[in-house]
Amino acid sequence: MARTKPKNTYYLGLRDGLPFLLVTGPFGLLFGVVAAEAGLTTPQALAFSTVVFAGAAQFAALQLMVENAPVLIIVATALAVNLRMAMYSAWLAPWLGAAPLWQRALAGYLNVDQSFACSAMRFEQYPDWTVSQRLGFFFGVVTPIAPFWVAMTALGLWLGEGIPDWLALDFALPICFLAMIGPMMRTLAHLAAAFTSVVLALVLAGVPYNLGLLVAALVAMMVGAQVELWQARRVQT
Amino acid sequence: MSDATIWTIIVAVGIGTFLLRFSFLGVLGAARLPDWVLRHLRYTAVAVLPGLVAPLVLWPAATGGTPDLPRFAAAVVTVGVGYLTRNVIGAMGAGAITLYAVLWLTGLSG
Repeated sequence: MARTKPKNTYYLGLRDGLPFLLVTGPFGLLFGVVAAEAGLTTPQALAFSTVVFAGAAQFAALQLMVENAPVLIIVATALAVNLRMAMYSAWLAPWLGAAPLWQRALAGYLNVDQSFACSAMRFEQYPDWTVSQRLGFFFGVVTPIAPFWVAMTALGLWLGEGIPDWLALDFALPICFLAMIGPMMRTLAHLAAAFTSVVLALVLAGVPYNLGLLVAALVAMMVGAQVELWQARRVQT
Repeated sequence: MSDATIWTIIVAVGIGTFLLRFSFLGVLGAARLPDWVLRHLRYTAVAVLPGLVAPLVLWPAATGGTPDLPRFAAAVVTVGVGYLTRNVIGAMGAGAITLYAVLWLTGLSG
């Protein structure tokens, strides 16, 4: 396998990250629009996109804020949506763990779906990369994505006010989530978890403080895990 | 919701999210998560998002909570296209087109 310089891995990362702009752009724009509708100020919405920097969790938090849910529930739900990132972190640790603390902290901040997905593909493809080559690649992936996400949020905020009612933007957020859910249904276990989540969330919709959603999510995770185990056992026998 | 509350939420979710992302990168050498924990974590996204969105589809705020054909049809098409094509942007587009088409058709008959 040819030796790759750290600089080259950075450019490879850039190239691998570019297609994701097609997803990040509309999604960030929509967050800006919905945030403006929800009454967030410009500094608040931009802080959301820079500090939290996680689309699905931002939308989830915003939705519950509009519903006036208690702060604790909003934070817990948004963090539940981001729990998967702890998994990414666990996966990245053996590959990047030898880097200095500040670089690992920066990688932590930029540890998102896209950088994880691209790294998962390339690190295993080029196992002889050094740690700095891997970091170069990782930072390359997010270099276009991170500023674009914030810039598109700003554009959405600016457009937000001028969007007429007949565009039915109230339904933009559900469509965004629904579009993300379809491709997540990779196995029977994912389908079972999603189905459980929908049924329980509807049944428990009357529970105060939006606690119903958290209960539905916990049970749905258990159902997903159990179906996975059950399928694995079936394959073995 | 007051300004202070909104800022509290932003900062709390921001710090929490960073800690989740940094967790294992930060404590290098710590033991791997047990398999049963990882197995549950795999389903967090599919366990939270569908439940979050289901009431918004069935009881949309725009109609005061009355089920609404255009929004329901758009939801079904969005999930269906996303599932079949694995293409997020394509699914959003198909859902939006369905929503406007059915809104327009029901507007004609009403």
